[in-house]
Amino acid sequence: MAHGTAPLFEPHPDLHVVERAPLVLNGRSMGWITEHVSQIVEQRAKSWWWWAVMITGFVACLVPLALAYLVSTGVGVWGNNQPVSWAWDITNFVFWIGIGHAGTLISAILFLTRQKWRTSINRSAEAMTIFAVICAAIFPVFHVGRIWFAWFLFPIPNSNVIWQNFRSPLLWDVFAVSTYFTVSLLFWYVGLVPDLATIRDRATTKLRKVVYGALALGWRGSNRNWRHYEKAYLVLAGISTPLVLSVHSVVSFDFATSVIPGWHTTIFPPYFVAGAIFGGFAMVLTLLIPARALYGLHDLITDKHIDNMCKIVLLTGTIVGYAYMMELFIAWYSGNPFEQWVFFRNRIAAPGFSDQPAPYWWAYWSMIGCNVIAPQFFWFKFCRQHAVVVWIIVQFPNIGMWFERFVIIATSLHRDYVPSSWGYFTPTITDILLFVGTIGLFVFLFLLFVRFLPMITIFEVKAVLPEADPHHDHGGHGHAKEPQAAQGH
Amino acid sequence: MGDTDTRKSPKQRRDTDTMTETQGRLFGVGAEFSSASQVYAAAEKCRDHGFKRWDVHTPFPVHGMDDAMGLGPSRLSFFSLMGACTGVTVAFLLIFLTTADYKLPDWVPMWLHQNYPLIVNGKPFFAFEPSIPIFFELAILCTALFTIGALLAMNMLPRWNHPCFNWDRFAKVTDDKFFIVIEACDPKFSELETPDFLKSLGAGAVEMIHEDKE
Repeated sequence: MAHGTAPLFEPHPDLHVVERAPLVLNGRSMGWITEHVSQIVEQRAKSWWWWAVMITGFVACLVPLALAYLVSTGVGVWGNNQPVSWAWDITNFVFWIGIGHAGTLISAILFLTRQKWRTSINRSAEAMTIFAVICAAIFPVFHVGRIWFAWFLFPIPNSNVIWQNFRSPLLWDVFAVSTYFTVSLLFWYVGLVPDLATIRDRATTKLRKVVYGALALGWRGSNRNWRHYEKAYLVLAGISTPLVLSVHSVVSFDFATSVIPGWHTTIFPPYFVAGAIFGGFAMVLTLLIPARALYGLHDLITDKHIDNMCKIVLLTGTIVGYAYMMELFIAWYSGNPFEQWVFFRNRIAAPGFSDQPAPYWWAYWSMIGCNVIAPQFFWFKFCRQHAVVVWIIVQFPNIGMWFERFVIIATSLHRDYVPSSWGYFTPTITDILLFVGTIGLFVFLFLLFVRFLPMITIFEVKAVLPEADPHHDHGGHGHAKEPQAAQGH
Repeated sequence: MGDTDTRKSPKQRRDTDTMTETQGRLFGVGAEFSSASQVYAAAEKCRDHGFKRWDVHTPFPVHGMDDAMGLGPSRLSFFSLMGACTGVTVAFLLIFLTTADYKLPDWVPMWLHQNYPLIVNGKPFFAFEPSIPIFFELAILCTALFTIGALLAMNMLPRWNHPCFNWDRFAKVTDDKFFIVIEACDPKFSELETPDFLKSLGAGAVEMIHEDKE
């Protein structure tokens, strides 16, 4: 963190100094960044945006339709049965809540670890978090069955004087997810305030001036305000880091504290967190690669950003693969026949290898193929550096992480201790339409976000430019010749 | 502060802080700088000059500007800690008062006798271990709420308007320009000398900023 006045040491002339790639390409100025990001909000929406919004908005309408049908008829319209009483609803809940984790990881953990490259992707990743949590919350809330009693989840004084069971992980989940949503939303909004002020100050219409002016809270870039702002941001990042780790740990407790074979394992919390970050980064790449191409943001979301995210996908995908192997090993090593049955007979027994194939073998092997094998392509630089290749590869984790939750839930439940109670789960059309609807809702909300809010954190990207360093032009060396000065400390 | 109603010509307006037809009271003097290093150096000079009621406005937080302005560290995290303590306390009271098996003395108001202990799985009515997730989540929630509440209170936000916004050049503060604003109520402020002082620091534009007409 030397501030450029004098280099800490002079490298030997023969020593090859590897230059760190700049975070903003082509030496873009602050004015260019303001203009380029703000104009997405200010100009008329392009025709592709209208088409995309109409199509995803139409698909999102499936959510209220499916839910109206469900509430008016009963949860029996889902395929849930005995013994598979948790099925697509909880699969989709865990899937969506996991997607959100990448946003918090980028905004909080990469902030604390001083990863400056997070600045151009954190805003959209945090938005993705919020939309994913909205999609996630739909499922458990409606899974309670009689939705008009959903307020029983919250400790509200009531005439029954019967309170929540605070020893239940399902109640921990209520607290964890609602806290996660609230804190993510506040963190996101605090980060937005200075950029909303940018849109306000550039506003040419009265409506924009009033709306963005109100949302910007009267922000005027005062250093006396920045001083508290930076401290608040640090505190929020500091609390969001254990929060994000706790949320998926608590989600995993829903399973791990039960006695169902295949769920009752201590590896679940770290395994779920790694999987959540893995799936979340895949979704960040899924959304940002098209957004970057459509809005021409290659100088801000550079190939280096894509490369870094691919490496995180590779790392977390490998951790997830390790967890799969470790689950199998512990099932074998434990000597517990029920545990062994779940893993060897309910999951991995594929038709060619076993005379009694597992009913859901295809789900297990789809999961392995998508989550363990597909990310290994990111060892190759070629795969990390071509956006189209990256986009295709990350579709596998998107699918695979959904299968992971389905495998955990359905394969453990459908055949447990007593063979007389074995069953099978098949989704109904309502299951399918509701899940498709949430995908539509997620993309629809993201499209609204890129249109109405600055999708790149303008002020943070400016702060990582070389000229943002107040000692930048002291000492007479320009950044053209001095790689250290050009990195933006 | 001269609040007199004497009319002055536009030329004289810069030199006095009187009410005019279009502008209110003098708020201060603003100076525009075009780079972070310029405004940083200028802020150090203003600090050394002894100004107290002044501020630097930048498009992003400039590293080290707190020192250049002579500001100490932010005390905001104190409120964050208070939030965490509040959260844990609320969580403890919530769980204990609603689920633990206790008998309150009779003098406690009736509405606090809310407990209806239920046996679930033969687990104890109250134990710390299963309460920790709730303690943790409520601590995080209250920390976030207190932090943001403190942020708004300490920055005196939100506010609808500010005299700085009356200066048209100031709109660039969220783009790529840097400003120093010295308020007229600063003891060292002088209508004649302060603008020249700011100009000598390399300011591109120096102008008087007026409050809204009352």
